[in-house]
Amino acid sequence: MYQYDEFDSRLVKERAEQFRRQVQRRLNGELTEDQFKPLRLMNGLYLQLHAYMLRVNVPYGVLSSRQMRKLADIARRYDRGYGHFTTRQNIQYNWIQLEQVPDLLNELADVEMHAIQSSGNCIRNVTSDQYAGVAADEIEDPRIWCEIIRQWSTLHPEFSYLPRKFKIAVTGSPNDRAAVQVHDIGLRMHRNAAGEPGFEVIVGGGQGRTPHIGKTIREWLEPEHLLSYLEAILRVYNLDGRRDNMFKARIKILVHQIGTDKFRQLVEAEWAAIRDSELQLPQAEIDRIAAHFAPRDYPQRNDAGDLLAEQASQNAAFGAWLKANVAEHKTPGYAIANISLKSLTAPPGDITAEQMDVAADLADEYSYGEIRVNHRQNLVLPDVAQEQLFELWEKLAANGLGTANIGHVSDIIACPGLDYCSLANARSIPIAQEINARFQEMDRVHEIGKVSINVSGCMNACGHHHVGNIGILGVDKKGKEFYQFTLGGSSGRDAALGERTGRGFPAAEAVDAVENILNTYVELRAADEDFLETYRRVGMQPFQEALYGTA
Amino acid sequence: MAQILIANSLAHGFVVFLTAENNWSGDIRQAAVAADDAAAAALLEAAQAAEAGDQVIDPYLVEVTVNGAGPEPIEYREYIRAFGPGVPPPSRQNSS
Repeated sequence: MYQYDEFDSRLVKERAEQFRRQVQRRLNGELTEDQFKPLRLMNGLYLQLHAYMLRVNVPYGVLSSRQMRKLADIARRYDRGYGHFTTRQNIQYNWIQLEQVPDLLNELADVEMHAIQSSGNCIRNVTSDQYAGVAADEIEDPRIWCEIIRQWSTLHPEFSYLPRKFKIAVTGSPNDRAAVQVHDIGLRMHRNAAGEPGFEVIVGGGQGRTPHIGKTIREWLEPEHLLSYLEAILRVYNLDGRRDNMFKARIKILVHQIGTDKFRQLVEAEWAAIRDSELQLPQAEIDRIAAHFAPRDYPQRNDAGDLLAEQASQNAAFGAWLKANVAEHKTPGYAIANISLKSLTAPPGDITAEQMDVAADLADEYSYGEIRVNHRQNLVLPDVAQEQLFELWEKLAANGLGTANIGHVSDIIACPGLDYCSLANARSIPIAQEINARFQEMDRVHEIGKVSINVSGCMNACGHHHVGNIGILGVDKKGKEFYQFTLGGSSGRDAALGERTGRGFPAAEAVDAVENILNTYVELRAADEDFLETYRRVGMQPFQEALYGTA
Repeated sequence: MAQILIANSLAHGFVVFLTAENNWSGDIRQAAVAADDAAAAALLEAAQAAEAGDQVIDPYLVEVTVNGAGPEPIEYREYIRAFGPGVPPPSRQNSS
């Protein structure tokens, strides 16, 4: 993975010290809250319902075991012993004390981490495929391009005061595990007619109160022009994006209002002026970054399919985990192991300091010391020998990390909701936990099969409800929590926004509604159809009848 | 309607309540309860002074009922603020 150079290290250290002085001035009364708030937000520090919340970047979801141990250490010493992984591959701490933040940031800097640009109207942490570098279907490792974007976008002087926040996601596979079509810019690598790898450039996707699937403004971009093209997009947005109304300030509104063709023309015109500037990436620089992500020198191993099949037949729980949580690796004899952070006992994405340490230890023992965070709030060990999967699973299970539900009904995305968030209108976590409790019988979970349930506690949609196969949006209705449902959403290659079922349900009926929807699907599905396929075939009507009756 | 004064402490960020002794406590049972609007206005004035003095952030009044266990916010958002995440708000929440 990428190692900080001298410039990176100095930058994060200096920022921590700068913030130390700002905090001191605030505590001394030299700065008012109005003066201080923008400064703390530039360092990822929010004030939430109960306390300050610190959002720490995990660049494109990649963590070393050393970094994970530091995150555990911080959870123990500065917080209440846990953290929360988000849908943007970051980690949030919920109980951070202002006066301790400078020391905390200094410790993060020691392990090449920080909270810069995790808030505010700037380019946020670039996100990616959690299987980057190991996916069997990958064309090129997207981390190379993510790191190039990270360096370009960090403290970029021209883009430090955009109309609104800006999120970029990159996938190096034609398939999409990074939800690139619902980002401000999505980059999808594919090959052109000549077989050369390049990026499809998708702009103006997003969720929130005005959801849009992104529009392709360029079918194929030579990678060496990536930064000049991104810069051209950002310039058009920075100049023409609305600043009069924060709810209409995201790039998706601009693209929608002026139209894709007009937006493309503006970008191409800007790009023509800068494409051959110093932003053109020299091959030597691409190679320098790529060297940090060079493929591992894997010891040769044979495919262990027979052994795994035998272990699975002897141990049904392992078999279920193998089927749900293990993905194909590009290298024979290896596998990608997903660690579910969706258990019965904790909110989605929450992880205790002890579990962080376990994940770090297991990464060292089984996966070259590397861990990934995915946008569905789970962890990944990317490089596990197939023949070691069983002992890895035993250790995960012994630490509450062995839940066999990746991509299934209880693998729910949920924002923190009204349990923590000052923007929320309703709670998300209890809904997720009640669904999890209702569907804890693993045979039933696997009988239902692949389905994504995404829960947001307000229309800002941090829980990605618009792109859940089943989306759940919490709203406040005359002082009570109600939950509205959408069906048919997807964040994959076939991205789609869900369609509203109709009136919402009070909290006590929400999980019954989920069960009702799933029972309807199971009744209607053809052989091997997953939820989304059935929904796309039969449409909304049978689900509405099940939820509301035919009257 | 009875009211209490809620805020976040500046240095820690944790939720605090204004007490009858004009101090700040993290325990809602210590909160001064204003029985009428005049008493509530006095709480707000004291809290705004504390805000100006950089002790607390974002102080405001919250309507409560008072029972044997002490004051309980009526709005469920404020209830969750007072009692923390994972604490189910009152049962009326769960009925349609």
